[in-house]
Order: sequence, then structure tokens, then C-alpha cells
Amino acid sequence: MYKVKVYVTLRESVLDPQGKAVQQSLSSLGYNGVEDVRIGKYMELQFDDTVTDVEGTVKEVCEKLLSNPVIEDYRYEIEESAKQ
Amino acid sequence: MKFAVIVFPGSNCDVDMYHAVKDELGEQVDLVWHDADNLDQYDGILIPGGFSYGDYLRSGAIAHMSVVMNAIKKAAEAGKPVLGVCNGFQILLESGLLPGAMLRNKNLKFICRTVELSVENNKTMFTSSYEKGDKIRVPIAHGEGNYYCDDETLAKLKENNQIVFTYASDVNGSLSDIAGITNEKGNVLGMMPHPERAVDDLLGSADGLKLFQSIVKHWRDSHVVNA
Repeated sequence: MYKVKVYVTLRESVLDPQGKAVQQSLSSLGYNGVEDVRIGKYMELQFDDTVTDVEGTVKEVCEKLLSNPVIEDYRYEIEESAKQ
Repeated sequence: MKFAVIVFPGSNCDVDMYHAVKDELGEQVDLVWHDADNLDQYDGILIPGGFSYGDYLRSGAIAHMSVVMNAIKKAAEAGKPVLGVCNGFQILLESGLLPGAMLRNKNLKFICRTVELSVENNKTMFTSSYEKGDKIRVPIAHGEGNYYCDDETLAKLKENNQIVFTYASDVNGSLSDIAGITNEKGNVLGMMPHPERAVDDLLGSADGLKLFQSIVKHWRDSHVVNA
């Protein structure tokens, strides 16, 4: 059993209007040291034992569906997890 | 000419599109559910606006994995007109039938109002009834219509005259004020504004009707003898 944590964020070259609004909001609260905020998505995928190539499958689903390569980057962490 | 309006769970402009074609254009049209695997009987495919699958993950991301998308790709390859409006445009972008992606509107607001568009290219099967440079009034209603693509793609879009409609002034932050683009072949058009909501003066504008009339004219010219 594997637990996979997937992080999807807008690419550095793409402007993040949501992140910018949050950064400005933090700044108006007095947190002037927060220079930049990028907002993304966090997903947890639970794999059962039938999947042999977990890493290959994770890359495949990230590229096919979980992220849009035109505007987004992804990274992932694979953790072994005990059977529930 | 016979049109299919594709319906996904969460589509909400499907009925508007249906009536625009049936009542204002006077052509045949069916509402077609997203699990259809064959669209061979249709001459034109219309993908309406809405919030397919609740916009989960990204707008259009889940819909582009539907069964009907294979049939839509086949129709596009066959050169049939494929029009995606609003969420339909987002689905076409996700499916790769059109290049680029949509970001949140620059001002982070859902914008719902009638805007002025410029017709940038009238040499397409969707715009032949307009003049180049025409200013038309068409409603928009979207939160994610901020068109984005890389510099290389944008240069290609310009070079091939694939930018068909632009906003007359900056509305949502779109690159080059892009409101609608076609594929390279010119038979797939995606646009954020809703031409189906501008087909009668009673609706505030009839400027969208010419778009549908252009499609029919193009079809007649190639399918009807002595058209």
C-alpha cells in the first residue's frame, strides 16, 4: 500500500492572481515580509497492491489529468502505508 | 444541416444553444448526452457553457475524459465545425483540440455582462458573415476566462490568423485580449463569449446569430447543389 501526496502549483512563469490577492491581504495585516504567495492544490492518492509501478503511474495521472502542463507544475511524495 | 449540442452533468447553456439553433437559425438540432460514442449523423458539434462536473479539479478537466470526446475529436479531424462556448472552450483547451489554458480572471471576479468584441478574422467558417473589424456585442459570464499560452504558441496563433475574436478592451486579463481562437485547420472554434445568448434583439443583441449563419452557409456551399 502506498500513499501518494501530489502538489500542483501554477508554473513560475504564470501570474497567480489568487496568490497575489492573498499576499496583498497579508501585507495589509502587517506581514510585510511575505514577499510572494503561490496557491496550489494538494491531493492524496491511496494505491493498493495491484499497482506495480507506483511512480510511473503517478507521473502518468499527473500529466494526463491531475495537472495541466500548459500552466501547472506538479511534484509528489510516495510513502509506504500500512494496510487499514 | 444537423447540429448536436453536447450535454455534460453541469452544463447549463445547453438549452439556450438548442433554441438558438432550432428557433432562431431554423436548423435541426439534438441534445446529445456525454456518453454518446458516435456523432457521425451530425454535421456540426456545439459544446455549450456551464460548469461541467462542477469545475472540479480544473474547468473542463473531467469533461475532457468523457466518452463523447473521442467522437468530437473524430468530427474535428473530419473537418466538421466544432464550436465550444465558455465551458465548451475550456473543455476544448483541456482536450488539446485548441492550444493554451484558462486562468482565473485577473480581478478574481466572476464577470457577467455584455461586452464588445472585434472580429479579427472573417475568413473562417464561423465568421464569414461578419466583416473584418466588425464590433459586435455579446454577453460573457465566466470566472476563468483569462486566456494564457506560451510566447511560441501566441506567435503561431497570430501568424496563422487563429485569433478570431478579441475583446475591444481588456476584460479579464487574457493575453492579447483573446476572446476566441480556432485550431490551425480553422474548423474548431473556442470562445468565452456566448453567441447563443445574442441571437435576437429581444435578448439585447442579435450579433451572435451571424456566427451560426456562417456555419450553415459554409456547410451549404459544400453540401447542397445549386446552393
